[in-house]
Amino acid sequence: MATTTEAATGTPRTRTRLLEDERWLAFFLLMPTIVLLALFIAYPFMKGILLSVTNTRVGVPGEFVGLAIFEKVWNDGIFREAAWNTIYYTAVTTVFKLALGLWLALLLNRHFRGKAFIRAFILLPFIIPTVLSTFAWKWMFDPTFSVLNWLLREIGVIDQRINWLGDPDLAMGCIIAVNVWRGVPFFAITLLAGLQTISPELHEAAAIDGANARQRFLYVTWPLLLPVTMVVVLFSVIQTFADFQLVYVLTEGGPANATHLFATYAYQIGVRTGLLSEGAAISLAMFPVLFLVVIFQLLYIRRVETR
Amino acid sequence: MARVLLRDLNKHYETFHAVKDVSLEIQDREFVVLVGPSGCGKTTTLRMIAGLEAITSGEILIGDTVVNELPPMDRDIAMVFQNYALYPHMSVRDNMAFGLKMRKFEREEIARRVKIAADILGIESLLHRKPRQLSGGQRQRVALGRAIVRNPQVFLFDEPLSNLDAKLRVQMRVELKKLHERLGTTAVYVTHDQVEAMTLGDRVVVMKDGWVQQVGDPLELYNAPANKFVAGFIGSPGMNFAAVSFQREGDTLLAVNHGLRITVPAPIAARLNGHAGRDATLGIRPEDLHLAGPDDDEGHCFEALVEVIERLGSEILLDVKVGPASMVASVPPTVRTRMRDTIRLALDPERLHFFDAETEVAL
Amino acid sequence: MIEGAKWRRWVYFHIPLAGFLIWLLFPFYWMMITTVRPDGELYRPWNAPNYTPFWTNNPTFEHIRYLFAETLFATWLWNTMVIALAATAISLVCGVFAGYALSRLKFPFAGSLGTMIFVTYLVPQTLLFIPLADIIRNFRIGDSPWALILTYPTFLIPFCTWLMMGYFKAIPKELEECARIDGASRWQAMIYIILPVAVPGILSAGIFAFTLSWNEFIYALVFLSSPQEKTVPVGVVSELIRGDVFFWGPLMAGALLGSIPVAIAYSFFVEHYVSGLTGSVKG
Repeated sequence: MATTTEAATGTPRTRTRLLEDERWLAFFLLMPTIVLLALFIAYPFMKGILLSVTNTRVGVPGEFVGLAIFEKVWNDGIFREAAWNTIYYTAVTTVFKLALGLWLALLLNRHFRGKAFIRAFILLPFIIPTVLSTFAWKWMFDPTFSVLNWLLREIGVIDQRINWLGDPDLAMGCIIAVNVWRGVPFFAITLLAGLQTISPELHEAAAIDGANARQRFLYVTWPLLLPVTMVVVLFSVIQTFADFQLVYVLTEGGPANATHLFATYAYQIGVRTGLLSEGAAISLAMFPVLFLVVIFQLLYIRRVETR
Repeated sequence: MARVLLRDLNKHYETFHAVKDVSLEIQDREFVVLVGPSGCGKTTTLRMIAGLEAITSGEILIGDTVVNELPPMDRDIAMVFQNYALYPHMSVRDNMAFGLKMRKFEREEIARRVKIAADILGIESLLHRKPRQLSGGQRQRVALGRAIVRNPQVFLFDEPLSNLDAKLRVQMRVELKKLHERLGTTAVYVTHDQVEAMTLGDRVVVMKDGWVQQVGDPLELYNAPANKFVAGFIGSPGMNFAAVSFQREGDTLLAVNHGLRITVPAPIAARLNGHAGRDATLGIRPEDLHLAGPDDDEGHCFEALVEVIERLGSEILLDVKVGPASMVASVPPTVRTRMRDTIRLALDPERLHFFDAETEVAL
Repeated sequence: MIEGAKWRRWVYFHIPLAGFLIWLLFPFYWMMITTVRPDGELYRPWNAPNYTPFWTNNPTFEHIRYLFAETLFATWLWNTMVIALAATAISLVCGVFAGYALSRLKFPFAGSLGTMIFVTYLVPQTLLFIPLADIIRNFRIGDSPWALILTYPTFLIPFCTWLMMGYFKAIPKELEECARIDGASRWQAMIYIILPVAVPGILSAGIFAFTLSWNEFIYALVFLSSPQEKTVPVGVVSELIRGDVFFWGPLMAGALLGSIPVAIAYSFFVEHYVSGLTGSVKG
């Protein structure tokens, strides 16, 4: 008894006392995060806006030019093509990733031997550094040594070689294919997690109510999976819209600027050419779309949570 | 060990007034139970004593110290939670030792105390296990052990038995009672179960909507409920109520309603004098009703229509209709009756309760 | 599950699943086979009669030797490891603290701060890399590991915070209340009780953050210029190509070996990685 009282009323520890207050503790715990994010997210964002209203180049401090840079970028044909490419690329890959990812998730949702093993392997395209795996694809698309060409000839589909990355239309197709390859595991595994939260009893009940497999998917699985699907799609849209690595490795925006995206074009102009202001402006051009997607996502999550 | 004093305690959440002017003196070594329906403020009161909720206004004293500003770690209390809150990554032994380690006790002293507590609770063989390897009853014991080793000034219990199955709950209730006899530590116990409150508490505090309704020992609450809420809350099955109005017929006071014409016994009538002609609620417990016999005064009998018969073995509960009012009567298991029968019931006039129709306060 | 005839199982299950597996894993097989294939076999045109793509009878370690002897590959591996571990450690500490504060403490503006961190979680690196490069130059940490160690946390912390919030929310609040009554301060309750219980979540966040920083490309590409400072992804891309000539053997060897550390880390913590992945979108 005596020991307890003594220990409890021992020397006052001022630091601990301060941290007993929830608000001080929260402040202390959040400080490092806030400092880092302010320094390397908020500050660069301001700086980006500042850059894009001046005419700064590497080593040359710029002066204020108002919206001249944005006007210049807007009238740039390659920028417009890059903008169109980005939208097209995002839309097509998202549709394919969702369709194939959902299919794969449904396959994986069954019971079979070695499921955990196969699931682990399926994620490989997603975890392996993208630039490195993209190099494997580039090697497979090689104009002279392509294994794909060999395969197609063996099957008897072609007798002329296909210049996969050299042809403007084909190049975009190749980039889309690699992005889908990389993204399908992410969709499949997250949608699988969503599928596993759906009680099998619901399917059994629906089956007893006379629903066939297609109807069970349409009326039970899909509606219950929709919230997860929405979030996954929005995440993927943001990532794809701002993609850089795939194009950088496969085509560097070529042939003839046919495959530039916002990010690769910004890199081309801002870093390669050293026109910092133009580069920053091109990057920032992504912002309105990303902003809308994020707002939509926030509202959607809030709606799902309050339901 | 110490007394606990609550003075005009209030708790406001942003838009919600959870605890209203609660004042209570808990004596040293006393076992006090706070009971009431969910949302009545009982748990909030307990958490304010623990220091887990800030006090909006009022004062809490443990021993002679005002603890309003003390963090929980400095209040020298122990608490047992509804979900036990055992630390899942620690063995039973470490769970019990944690509070002592935090207070920098000697290693030998910790071992000694853990052993004593484990002996008392019969969990010596479980000391090396992790919480997830324990059954519900064992977890409950470990949670108790964790409180005991600390030898605190006050034990706080937050519905500690409600996660156990019915049989185990009764068993643990008895053990808790024995434990308190043995340790004699001041205890504040929160529950929504009135049976638990009645069996465990030296005194019981009935709360509703943040207000204290009545404080008293279990029999006081049962025999002399302060208002209609306490009357209905304490006892199982609950007290029967019927709206009545008073009529004076010569010297006698009658409580009248459809099918009811009850002579109010003189001692009660004396208290009710001022209420003649006004509306009231009559209350009578199921166990104070019986089948009318020849000895029963006509003024204490009434007709009732049997709707449901619940045979519990030791007794039979008859759900009956008396005019528009539903009542339950507890009768001996030997009684033979059938559904839709009309029977004559008599009440024990000494055990009649009356409540004001508006304020619901006992008259 | 409701099952049908055997042939249906083949058509609707085995064949599609096998197709997916081949499609998803073939590039890795291709990396491996190229790594051990001698140059003479590698550069046979696609229509050459002796083009045997799927196997080699003359395996060689020449490309791997070249990678380690003639290039800075070992240095890049080391750089990447140091940067990834440091960035992961910083992000874990920040993310765990922030996640704890946002999910378990009541304080003013908690909601809007949480939303802000969630929004930065969605900011892609390519949005800010040009002004950030300028800032890195001004801070005089360009072309050094610090440029990445300090900037990677900007996309790792929001993720870690988000993930940890989910984990912390699932831990009953009574645990730390009980600890505080047992005599622990808020800080001690967090360190001794909540963090140990959240270890699976911390592992998930850690493994995920590690793979993300190992894979990061654009910041490393823009902020680093000296060959000996580069990370594996950037080194392989920029230093193994001479002009327009691709040395496919060493390139694929580099891609393969550069992937192995993440693959190993991943294989040890598959379950944690998967729960991190699914948690990252659910929160």
